[in-house]
Amino acid sequence: MKTIRAVHYINQFFGQVGGEDMANVPPKVVEGPVGFGATIPALSGGRIEIARTVVCGDNYAAENLEELQKTVLEWVREAAPDLFIAGPAFGAGRYGTACGVLCGAVQTKLGIPAITGMHPVNPGYELAGRDVYVIRAKDSAQDLRRVLPLMLALGQKLVDGAPVGRPEEEGYLLRGVRVNVRAPKRGSARAVEMLLKKMAGESFETELPMPTYDRVAPARQVLDMASAVIAIGTEGGIVPRGNPDRIEAHNASKWCRYSIEGLERLQKGDFEVAHGGYDPVAANEDPNRVLPLDGARMLEKEKAFAKLNDWYPVTVGNVTAVRSAERYGREMGEALIAAGVEGVILTST
Amino acid sequence: MEDFILRRIRISQVELGSKTEIKDGCLFVDAEGLSRVLCEDKQIRRVDIRLARPGESVRIVPVKDVIEPRAKVSGGRETFPGVFSDPDVSAGEGITVVLDGVCVVTTGKMVNFQEGLVDMSGLGAEFSTFSRKYNVVLVIEPVEGLGKHEHERAVRLAGLKAASILGEAGREVRWDEETRIPRRTLPDLLESHTGLPRVVYVCQVIAEGLLHDSYIYGLNAQGCLPVWMLPGEVMDGSLVSGNCAAPCHKHSTYHHQNNPIVEDLLKEHGKTLNFLGVLVTPVKTALVEKVRMCTQALKMVRLMGAHGVILSEDGGGNPENDLMLLDRLLEKEGIRTVLVTDEYAGSDGASPGLADSTPEADAVVTNGNGNQRVILPPMATTIGYPECIDRITGGHAGSLRPDGSVDMEIAGIMGSTNELGLENLMTVAM
Repeated sequence: MKTIRAVHYINQFFGQVGGEDMANVPPKVVEGPVGFGATIPALSGGRIEIARTVVCGDNYAAENLEELQKTVLEWVREAAPDLFIAGPAFGAGRYGTACGVLCGAVQTKLGIPAITGMHPVNPGYELAGRDVYVIRAKDSAQDLRRVLPLMLALGQKLVDGAPVGRPEEEGYLLRGVRVNVRAPKRGSARAVEMLLKKMAGESFETELPMPTYDRVAPARQVLDMASAVIAIGTEGGIVPRGNPDRIEAHNASKWCRYSIEGLERLQKGDFEVAHGGYDPVAANEDPNRVLPLDGARMLEKEKAFAKLNDWYPVTVGNVTAVRSAERYGREMGEALIAAGVEGVILTST
Repeated sequence: MEDFILRRIRISQVELGSKTEIKDGCLFVDAEGLSRVLCEDKQIRRVDIRLARPGESVRIVPVKDVIEPRAKVSGGRETFPGVFSDPDVSAGEGITVVLDGVCVVTTGKMVNFQEGLVDMSGLGAEFSTFSRKYNVVLVIEPVEGLGKHEHERAVRLAGLKAASILGEAGREVRWDEETRIPRRTLPDLLESHTGLPRVVYVCQVIAEGLLHDSYIYGLNAQGCLPVWMLPGEVMDGSLVSGNCAAPCHKHSTYHHQNNPIVEDLLKEHGKTLNFLGVLVTPVKTALVEKVRMCTQALKMVRLMGAHGVILSEDGGGNPENDLMLLDRLLEKEGIRTVLVTDEYAGSDGASPGLADSTPEADAVVTNGNGNQRVILPPMATTIGYPECIDRITGGHAGSLRPDGSVDMEIAGIMGSTNELGLENLMTVAM
């Protein structure tokens, strides 16, 4: 098997520059391994060699993260390694921060797999992002001999594109992603087993811990309706005939905006339902019942508000991933604010 | 009361023939005769009968419903009681024969987005029980100008009719396996297993309009409060799918006929638990309806003196509100509850996978993330309308690629994340 060339990032302590008194030293690059990096070829069965080592003081790193990223990315790019190894950082917060951020940057910006290791409360774990594998370490460097082989084993798998096992098998911390796997038993049998344990008061493990959701604070009220521009919008998938932007019926990949300038109401046939989560027959017959343009125009004439916005935002809110929905909501809000809109009637289905 | 008996005849081949009959484990289908009967419905213009066998390079899309062919030998006449005009509305009594290994699959022009895909080989076949069946596919073309509701009704009834007609072929044939499903009065159940925890299964059925409906003894569940059923009733044609919700987690009629939660509770009945029965509970959209249904369900479960409940979801999104509400009500009464669901965690698996949650729901079985993206290989033959793939649930513009391969979410594969737990897919945190 081909030897894996790696770049290794370590702090001033492991880089044999010095202790806390040397934490302000800027990054330097050294060809070949430094310190315990020299043990990596042997620990990986000769598979991994350290092409370069980057050493940086913890304070410098934490205080100059942007600068550090730029410098290190350039050094990594030059070396064109197969793998980037950072740390392990254990419980050291500044060190972990650098490891997490650098691993994330190397993976996303250079497309080179990265691996690190740290304690779960290390802020670097969160900063690494969900694409980076972080091996679970204890909070002290005494854990190096246990953690390093795990990092090297998983690093090899990432380079080889080999399947990665579950967290408890590989030793990594949860990345916040859920992956489909095959269970030994069908779902119904697992449910019966879980119920028997629960009724007997025995311990059991839920397969889906309850998700937590962000709370959105309501916007302030519109103080002067008479001079306000008001918009209508919907997640009910009311789109122009033929769904020109092909918004998906389910798990929409986009939101769109369409003009209603000069329209008194949505005519049957000119607008239709693209949403796959409700009976579309009535709304195809009268699209105003999901996107109430007719009523909004009436109120506009009665001067309940100054003007109806000339376009409406729309997506399909049907088993759409929450992360996508958050993004569409934010983008819609920004676009509406940019258009001078002060209030929105957002209909749901 | 006597046991209800399911007699399974193993079918390991299907062929077209001049007469519908079973010979040496092969079902011969008189396609012309079957098509003629189905076209007696004036809303149906034409029905083509096609066959799709496991391992073949065949794709069926858009699939509306899947039904297992069956016939009543005794204890009633209708395979799907209450659905047609025959005044037979009893189920789960006497003897029913099952053509085990065969399914009727309905396809044809798309009614609406919630129709799915079945591949008979390749990666897609790994996700669905229906890929392992000998499928008699009805390509149903309605008359011109038919409304969506009428179109849906015509294809639904055609599928049920075909399953009843094919099931007749099993009436005189020797069966391979017999399952006895006990029918017991409540006093009898309570007296016979005094030491065991009492369990009720609450089965959600969606009742929310076109392609989101379910039928209980032929009655649209939109007009029902929760209905108490014996285990055998659930599995004997009393529940019919209105092809509801996303393909990956819609309960097809087949799923109701083979409800795995009922099967697995029956396996433990009298050993580790006392299975009292099934509460079929409609799910509607308005909050007042959700509160109404859950309050009624709680009342009945409490009345039965249950210690534990398995509660399965139907569909996704708003039914999770019913799921969490009932879970909360039951747990507050000290009734231990396990939820059976699936999740939509995004293609990257990083989103919260449910539309609602409650801290009491500490025991959940998940049947997978429907947003998983897959590339399905091209198939030599497609039965139905492949261009629908871009529009059905789980597809997107460009899902059907020029070489015939398909880039879609498993949400579009029939039964892939079935919320009765028929498959063994699950999701783990990584």
